[in-house]
Amino acid sequence: MNFKYKNVYLNETALVAGPYEAKGPFGKYYDKTYNDFYFGTNSWEMAESKLITESVSILLNKAKLNKDDIDIHISSDLLNQLVASNYAAKDINIPFIGLYAACASSTLGIILASNMINSKQIKKAICTVSSHNASAEKQFRYPVEYGGPKRKTTTSTSTGGCAALISNSKSGIKIESGTIGRVVDMNIKDVYHMGAVMAPAAAETLYEHLKYHKRKPNYYDLILTGDLGIYGRGIFKDYLKEKYNIELNNYEDAGSILYGNNKKMYAGGSGPACLPLISYGYVFNKLKNKEYKKVLLIATGALHSVTMCNEKNSIPSIAHAISLEVI
Amino acid sequence: MDENKYSILVKKHTPKEDVSKNVFKAFIGGGIMGLLGQGLIDIYSFLFNVSTKEAGIYMIVTLIFLGCLFTCLGWFDRLVNFFRCGLIIPITGFAHAMQSATLEYRREGLITGIGTCMFKLAGSVIAYGIISAYTFGVIRLIILGVLK
Repeated sequence: MNFKYKNVYLNETALVAGPYEAKGPFGKYYDKTYNDFYFGTNSWEMAESKLITESVSILLNKAKLNKDDIDIHISSDLLNQLVASNYAAKDINIPFIGLYAACASSTLGIILASNMINSKQIKKAICTVSSHNASAEKQFRYPVEYGGPKRKTTTSTSTGGCAALISNSKSGIKIESGTIGRVVDMNIKDVYHMGAVMAPAAAETLYEHLKYHKRKPNYYDLILTGDLGIYGRGIFKDYLKEKYNIELNNYEDAGSILYGNNKKMYAGGSGPACLPLISYGYVFNKLKNKEYKKVLLIATGALHSVTMCNEKNSIPSIAHAISLEVI
Repeated sequence: MDENKYSILVKKHTPKEDVSKNVFKAFIGGGIMGLLGQGLIDIYSFLFNVSTKEAGIYMIVTLIFLGCLFTCLGWFDRLVNFFRCGLIIPITGFAHAMQSATLEYRREGLITGIGTCMFKLAGSVIAYGIISAYTFGVIRLIILGVLK
C-alpha cells in the first residue's frame, strides 16, 4: 500500500544511545549517550523505557514545544506487551498509540502519523522507538552473561531511544511518501540469521515503492535498509537483482555500519532503534545541509517469536518504507 | 523466487564457521581446564592429606565456585566465547549457565525470578543427565549380570 503526502514534514529528531553505539562511527550524532546498561534504573526493561522518555524530553526541548502542543505519541519496542513504550507513555502523558512491527516499527509509526497529518486530523505527532541490547537478549535469546558461542551471522540488538517530531508546519525536510509492506515468509527458521529472514521483505517493499511511483533506484541519493546486517545486505542485493532485475548503487544498510568494524558485534546492529540511530542523526544532518536531497528509508522487521520458533515454525518478516525529500 | 532457490542464495552469502579453529581452541581450553583440575586434586590431597577421590570433590567445588565468581565479575562469557566448548563441556560451563540465568532474573524476585528461572539453561542438562545416567546404569547392570 502506497501513500503520497502533501504537507507532512520531519521537523526535529532526538537520539539517546547506549555504550557500544556511542563508541561507533555515528557517536557524535547522538544527543545523549550512556556508559552502562541501567541508566540509573534498576532493570533493563525500565532502562529501555527511560530511553523513550528521555528522547521525547530532549526532542521537545530542541523543538521548543510543550507536551500540550503534541496531538499524538506513537511508540514501539521489542519487549512483550510493548512495556518499554507503555511505561514511557505513562510519564510522557500524550495521547498514545503502541505499535508492534518488530524492527520495522520506526517507519510504520511515521507512516501512521503522516496519514493523520495529511488528512488534517492532527497537527503534530511524536514517533518514538526503542531497543535495548540486554532486555532484548533476555527476552529472545540467552542470559546476557551467558557466553555461549555465537554464529557469524548473528546481529546484535542496538541500544537506543529515538524520537522524531512530524508535523504540518513547514521545515526543510518533507515526508514525501510511504509504503506499507506485506508479510513475507521464505521459510527461514534460523534465528541467528535475521538478515536472511528480512531481505525478501525489504526487496518486495522497495519494488512496490518504485513500481507505484514509477521511479528508478537512482532517483534516490541513498536507499537505507534497517538491520539486514553484513550478510543480509548481500542477500538483499542479489535477491533484488534476480527477482526484480533491480541493481542498487546508492544503497547502505544501517545495521552493517552502526558499529563500524567492531568484530564483537558479529554481523552488525539490529533492533527497532538501529535504522533511526543512523537516519535521525547522520542522514537527518545530511538532509538539513542539503548534501542528500532524496532518501528512502526501509525499516525491516523479523516477526520473531521464541514460542513459534520452538514449535518449528518459520519466521515471517515485514518492511515499511518512507521517502524523505529536501524542499 | 521459490523457497529452495532462496535457500541456495542464502547459503551463498552465509559465511562458514571456523570449525577447525574453534575445535583447536576448545582442545586447548579443555586441556587447560583438565590440567587445572588435576593440579587442584594434587594440591588438595597434599595439603589436607586426603584421598584422591575426596580431593576430586574439593576440586569440583572449587571449579564451580570459580565459574560462578567469574560469571558474576563478567569475565567468563568472554572466556567461553574464546575457548568455546573447552569451557562449556566441563563443570564450569554448567556453573556458568546457572549463574548467568540467576543474574539475569534476580530483579524478578527470589521465587518468581531466581527460583523459577535459574534452570532455564541448565535444566535440560540435569533432566537428560539423570535420564542417561539411569539408562546406562540399567544397561551396565544387565551386562554385568549376564557376564557373571
